[in-house]
Amino acid sequence: MINDLNIGYEGKVVASAISFSLQKGELAAIVGVNGIGKSTLLRTLGNFQPKIAGSIRIDGKELATYNEQQIASKISVVLTEPIASKNLSVYELLALGRQPYTNWLGKLGTNDISVIDKSIALLELAPFLNKKCFQLSDGQLQRVLIARALIQDTDIILLDEPTTHLDLYHKVSILKLLKSIAHQTNKVILYTSHEIELAIQLCDKMLILDGDTNAFNQPCKLIENNSFDSLFPPDTISFDATTGSFKIKK
Amino acid sequence: MSNLPTYRIRFTILLLVLLLCACINICLGSVNIAFIDSLKILFGTVTENSSNYYIIWEYRLPKALTAIMVGGGLSLSGLLMQTLFRNPLAGPYVLGISSGASLGAALLIMGASLITLSAFNYITLALASSLGSFLVLSLVLVVAAKVKDTMALLIIGLMFGSITAAIVSVLSYFTKAEKLQQYIFWSFGSLGDLSWGQLLVVALCTSLGILLSILSIKPLNAFLLGENYAKSLGIGLQKSRYTIIIATGLLAGSITAFAGPIAFVGLAVPHVTRQLFHTTDHKIQIPAVLCCGAILMLLCDTIAQIPGSVSVLPINAITSIFGAPVVIWLLVRKRKMIF
Repeated sequence: MINDLNIGYEGKVVASAISFSLQKGELAAIVGVNGIGKSTLLRTLGNFQPKIAGSIRIDGKELATYNEQQIASKISVVLTEPIASKNLSVYELLALGRQPYTNWLGKLGTNDISVIDKSIALLELAPFLNKKCFQLSDGQLQRVLIARALIQDTDIILLDEPTTHLDLYHKVSILKLLKSIAHQTNKVILYTSHEIELAIQLCDKMLILDGDTNAFNQPCKLIENNSFDSLFPPDTISFDATTGSFKIKK
Repeated sequence: MSNLPTYRIRFTILLLVLLLCACINICLGSVNIAFIDSLKILFGTVTENSSNYYIIWEYRLPKALTAIMVGGGLSLSGLLMQTLFRNPLAGPYVLGISSGASLGAALLIMGASLITLSAFNYITLALASSLGSFLVLSLVLVVAAKVKDTMALLIIGLMFGSITAAIVSVLSYFTKAEKLQQYIFWSFGSLGDLSWGQLLVVALCTSLGILLSILSIKPLNAFLLGENYAKSLGIGLQKSRYTIIIATGLLAGSITAFAGPIAFVGLAVPHVTRQLFHTTDHKIQIPAVLCCGAILMLLCDTIAQIPGSVSVLPINAITSIFGAPVVIWLLVRKRKMIF
């Protein structure tokens, strides 16, 4: 889907020569060091900022040829920025995910309500529905935001660092959840992360942004090709291919 | 599953309270007219042209209607600003709308006297302050096209407010005492000076503002998630921002032009309404804020005219003296001011 893409801001290329493609039902992670362009790539894919060169194609059609309404029914997002009003109740927040499909007043139809109810059941949100967002823990709020993206009913879900601020247990449970959503609902789920070891264990595909080869493959293939060695400076951190984990050089 | 209640009972109560407040407001005043007589005059069973008839139809009824529109309109513009700027402190005073109107009025009252031009009457005053507020608003809109960040826009609006306030200060330093007094009286705010014709103008602007707000319900709700989420939901950001800003300008600009810069209402009423209606959905919030604002303004006006006495207190002072403690009490009781 993505071919020879250059991303960055006006007059400054952040990362170049990125090529990869994802099929429905795949969970993929973008990893790389700080500032290499993970979030910029995600923002470009989500149409928040224009690409510099190359092509982004969804269902064989260039992203730029879709209008905003159409993109809203193709791509949903979970961003790192906090939501503007924490006074939203969980149900109100979830219902906003139906906006691309509702009338000018945003009235929910029976179909909208059944989509919302399905996601509530899948993510086990029933106990929180009438709570306000400021009453939720970070992990609960993240689940609500993922449910909202799911309710938007798009083929693609992009998540920017969905596991930051969470402890190991909640990190793993969020990622396992994403994996089961991708496989069960046949969606493309792409997220950025610093949890490389978790991504190796859970993802179907991984993109390693290193500013050079930008390798993309299944995690086991990436290990075989020694792609993780170039991720960090070798005199500080080295990659142990047998355990799939990083070791600190003493 | 009804997770989104419609608040029918609360709206019925609010509307009844509004009607009651309007009746009380009309029946009380400097001249003592018996409650029953007032109602009779109001509902047309007494048609003689008595002085009471004149007082009710030409003074008190327009004043009550003005209070309803001023209260509702300013509160709605406050709600729009708070959602657009994701800031609980926003109100019609930001974006320099009110200060633009003040500048227009000051230029007419004080500036014209400096070049010995005397064109002061209520029509030119309303015209000047409308022009002032739309001038500042269009400047802000020009800047808004260049600045993508809404927070920066908020600060720019406040800066425009400072500039206009400074120009007003300079003007008042050089102006004669009687002209200064005239300006200060305008800045106290007044609900009682509107003729039926002027009332029609305010009603038109207010209705248009309300209509634009209703058309923006979906973008307003999406803005509660933040601008990037709103964009990902297919909302056209620039178009929605312009619609909301123009709606605010129509509401606050026309009201300030005719009734003077009335403080506090636009900022406070949305917060009071949030305590009464536990939802952020603008489908509920817009009508609720309109009702609450109108009720508050009617009450303040009833107090300001001091029933039975000839003097009338400045409405601007009353809204703050009686309104601010109520808001403080509400917020302290809840311990939290969440937007």
